[in-house]
Amino acid sequence: MSPGELICPAGTPAALRTAVDAGADAVYCGFQNATNARNFPGLNFTPDELASAVAYAHSKAAKVLLALNTYPPAGKVDLWRSAADTGARLGVDAFIVADMGVADYIARTYPDMRLHLSVQAAASSPEAIRYYCENFGVKRVVLPRILTIPEIRAIRKEIPCEIETFIFGNHGLMVEGRCSLTNYLTGQSTNMDGVCSPASDVEFIRHGDGTMSSRLAGFSIDCFGCGEKAGYPTICKGRYTAPHRSDPYYAFEEPVSLNLARLLPELIDAGVHAFKIEGRQRSKSYVRSVVSAFRTAVDDIRAGRPANITDLVALTEGQKQTQGAFASKKWR
Amino acid sequence: MHWRANLDPKGAKFVRGAGSRLSCVLIQPLLSYVVRRIGDRHPSVFARLGSYKQSAFLIDAVELPFALHLCPDPKALAFRAVPRDRAPHAEARIRGRFMLLLELVDSERDGDAAFFSRDLDVSGDTEAVVRLRNALDDVEGSIAEEAAGVLGAPGRAILARLRRAYKSEAKGGQQA
Ligand code: SF4
Repeated sequence: MSPGELICPAGTPAALRTAVDAGADAVYCGFQNATNARNFPGLNFTPDELASAVAYAHSKAAKVLLALNTYPPAGKVDLWRSAADTGARLGVDAFIVADMGVADYIARTYPDMRLHLSVQAAASSPEAIRYYCENFGVKRVVLPRILTIPEIRAIRKEIPCEIETFIFGNHGLMVEGRCSLTNYLTGQSTNMDGVCSPASDVEFIRHGDGTMSSRLAGFSIDCFGCGEKAGYPTICKGRYTAPHRSDPYYAFEEPVSLNLARLLPELIDAGVHAFKIEGRQRSKSYVRSVVSAFRTAVDDIRAGRPANITDLVALTEGQKQTQGAFASKKWR
Repeated sequence: MHWRANLDPKGAKFVRGAGSRLSCVLIQPLLSYVVRRIGDRHPSVFARLGSYKQSAFLIDAVELPFALHLCPDPKALAFRAVPRDRAPHAEARIRGRFMLLLELVDSERDGDAAFFSRDLDVSGDTEAVVRLRNALDDVEGSIAEEAAGVLGAPGRAILARLRRAYKSEAKGGQQA
């Protein structure tokens, strides 16, 4: 049976300790710069904080995975190389990478270091995954959220590395690592600067009638009625008018979160080695609730008991959840 | 009949305003004392705020008779009760029920979830709000308990009473 490792998010040292205490097998985190895809203001780790975090996690037998999962702009690789050097010196257990140049640097400089292929690399075919395994020694692939469970099972048989899938959290447009929507409006790139919808470009406006508009770089992307549940101010979850539709509608995707709690037995059976919880930008409260819920569920399944799955809908975007492509390609 | 019922709307507004200003004056020394003590104990909060230390935040707990104005600059740390109708300039405004705001500060509730459910309103400089949220979330333990503790036994008793009142109200709301 697959171990069903729980890979948990940490945006701050306190969140990392919370995740470890709640039962994380591994915690993923990043530095306070563009080398990771959650480069949000006030979030992430200094090198000193990462050193203490690694010591804490290791004292509780948990691993620390360092996300270096953005793409350096051409010729500007120094920041990524120096982040890899610092991570290796501090004893992280693996790097999560997307860019081939970053993967190549780590594979050559630290040949004993584990490399995980980030979802940002969008490797979804056996051929693509094998390429990263053969050329950079990748030991695990984090699959994009576009595959059904039978497809994951088939891929597992054709690749020489472990599979990690997302099981909970943000459910973005299904082009991980390829999305340029934010870049189009703000000039900042999710894939290179590490932040989708930078907070400095986001504005929420509360109107006198209780409705609330969200704007990105001056463009309205949604307007929520009084009491209507809200979502993140990302373009993929915006509600737009278009010539062919009379009412504003979610052109790309609705505000909704992924929740695969009920599919865990099938995912384990399909050979998924590790489960990732999204949400480095979320609070300790989120980390505590979601990690504990999935810890109990995975332990129950591995012990042959019916899984005890806590209701997590209150923590989901728009307070709605989906099994996305994992259940069917027609999830919308 | 309550004496205020005899006032015309203008008079009632005046009394409310005067009451709010009086509450601000009474609570001011406590707030300043508490925020300085908390700032001394958690200097890392200021690092996460970065240049937003110089921003001002208006924290509007809807049930309180006043709003709270926070300037988190360690060199001139200030936390003041201000009348809502005369609130000074703030780069960002955070609005919600008092206990929700307290639970967010203590990371007993998740800020994004409170935003999704529309229990929490933010406006103004979103980056300032995100930085403050992340800075406070990195504090271990309960800031509310610490603040109450700074005021000794009466502070702790008031906090415990507030929590009980909020929990029973939330329960009543769920059953309704
Ligand atoms: S716009 Fe949506 S899909 Fe694109 S990067 Fe942002 S969250 Fe992801």
